[in-house]
Amino acid sequence: MSDALYDVPGPRANARNRILSVITILVVAAILAFIIVRFAQTGQFSAQKWQIFTFPLVWENVAQATGATLGAFALAGVLSLALGLILSVGRLSEHAWVRIPVTLFIELFRAIPVLILMMIMYYGLPPLGVDFVTPFVAVVTGLTLYNGSVLAEVFRSGVESLPTGQREAAYAIGLRKSGVLTLILYPQAIRAMMPVIISQLVVVLKDTALGFIVTFHELLYLAKFYGSQFTYDAPIIPATLVFGAIYVVLCLILSGFAKWVEVRLRRGPGAPKGADIARTRLEAADGVAARVLD
Amino acid sequence: MDTLLNNLDLFVVGFKNTLILFVISAFFALIIGSVVGAMRVSPVPAMRAVGTVYVNLIRNTPLTLLMFFFAFGYPKLNLGHVSYPTLAIIALSIYTATYVAEVVRSGFNTVPKGQAEAARAIGLPFGQTMSLVIMPQAFRAVIPPLMSVLIALLKNTTIAAGFSVAEAGAIRANLSERGEPAIIVLLWVAFFFVVLVALLSLLQAYLERRWRVLR
Repeated sequence: MSDALYDVPGPRANARNRILSVITILVVAAILAFIIVRFAQTGQFSAQKWQIFTFPLVWENVAQATGATLGAFALAGVLSLALGLILSVGRLSEHAWVRIPVTLFIELFRAIPVLILMMIMYYGLPPLGVDFVTPFVAVVTGLTLYNGSVLAEVFRSGVESLPTGQREAAYAIGLRKSGVLTLILYPQAIRAMMPVIISQLVVVLKDTALGFIVTFHELLYLAKFYGSQFTYDAPIIPATLVFGAIYVVLCLILSGFAKWVEVRLRRGPGAPKGADIARTRLEAADGVAARVLD
Repeated sequence: MDTLLNNLDLFVVGFKNTLILFVISAFFALIIGSVVGAMRVSPVPAMRAVGTVYVNLIRNTPLTLLMFFFAFGYPKLNLGHVSYPTLAIIALSIYTATYVAEVVRSGFNTVPKGQAEAARAIGLPFGQTMSLVIMPQAFRAVIPPLMSVLIALLKNTTIAAGFSVAEAGAIRANLSERGEPAIIVLLWVAFFFVVLVALLSLLQAYLERRWRVLR
């Protein structure tokens, strides 16, 4: 599209673009310089503030917190996928008494903020006598209910994007309903939706950070803990930089993987036609998928 | 029901603050997002690069981390006092703007290429091609996904509760001091969120019907 909006730039346009490029770079450099100077002026780069990161024990704790984050992410990811698959089957059911309750369930859990779900688990249930709710359980349940519901819609639109001939042909060769779904429709739908599914997993990973608010001992919790050590001059900014970088790198890796899968799919043979459109529509419709787009 | 009626004051204040956060952040996110989205389709390479880095970096940063930085890190920089709600609005705007930028960018791409070519063929300059031909069509395509971004923003405002902002997510903490059962309070909060999201979804469906383009 953008190449149809303007001509290939000539000498004058090129000169103008170069000037605009320089201005952009200067503005961005000025903003970054301001932040860094400000950090330096308020002593954020002082040795005392960074000293805490010289201890092996601190890094062991960092590894542990990263493990906690990844553990919650892995469990919630697997459970969300399972829940999403089950819900999408219900959502596609021909029986109204299955379809309608499942649809309501999906819409309900897509509408409630994840943090509120976690709070319901963590603060709401223990007074009622439910005693197994640790922060970990609360985080995983909240993430699973929300992302499972979102993934159910992803699977459903994947199935619906397939040409109707697929379903008809499957029935015509004598498969039962379960066979049509498991052998014909779902394998194609999952393949077509793979980038969206992985992007949704990035959302799961990002949202484990919400655990900080329900006192789950993950990366941000540790950042707050080390950031308020007065022996080291309360290094909250160094701690945020270090722990934030770990989070961002983890998410970027997963997003990069989603992008890689998408490029491979687009290049590969036999990708269903409707899938691209369904994917774009869905992604736009959800507004949460954190995909690396070019 | 008693839990709600006896503490209506806190519920009203909480959701009022949620809506304030939502409206102001939405306003700034739309502005920043449109600028960044336009940068990403501009002919200037440096602008495209800056837009791409900004979007990819912030989209892969948890919103909680952004708020964490603004709520705990910013006061250490001695840049003058800024209240917690304002810091939350800054974090929400920066975060949501990346989603708006992606929606705006894909909006341009939904307009068939022939439209731009035809507009240029009849001699319209860049400004008129954009304002008379591309923008009106892209705008319609953008409305439904934009509403979804706003719905996500509304839900994301709850995160501010973890950073000293007295909005809907913080109602539970305040009411536990009054000895109300947390579960009932939270279920009411969840209920109101479902209502708000449903209202936005209805608005989305209405706008989509109203501005649908038949091709």
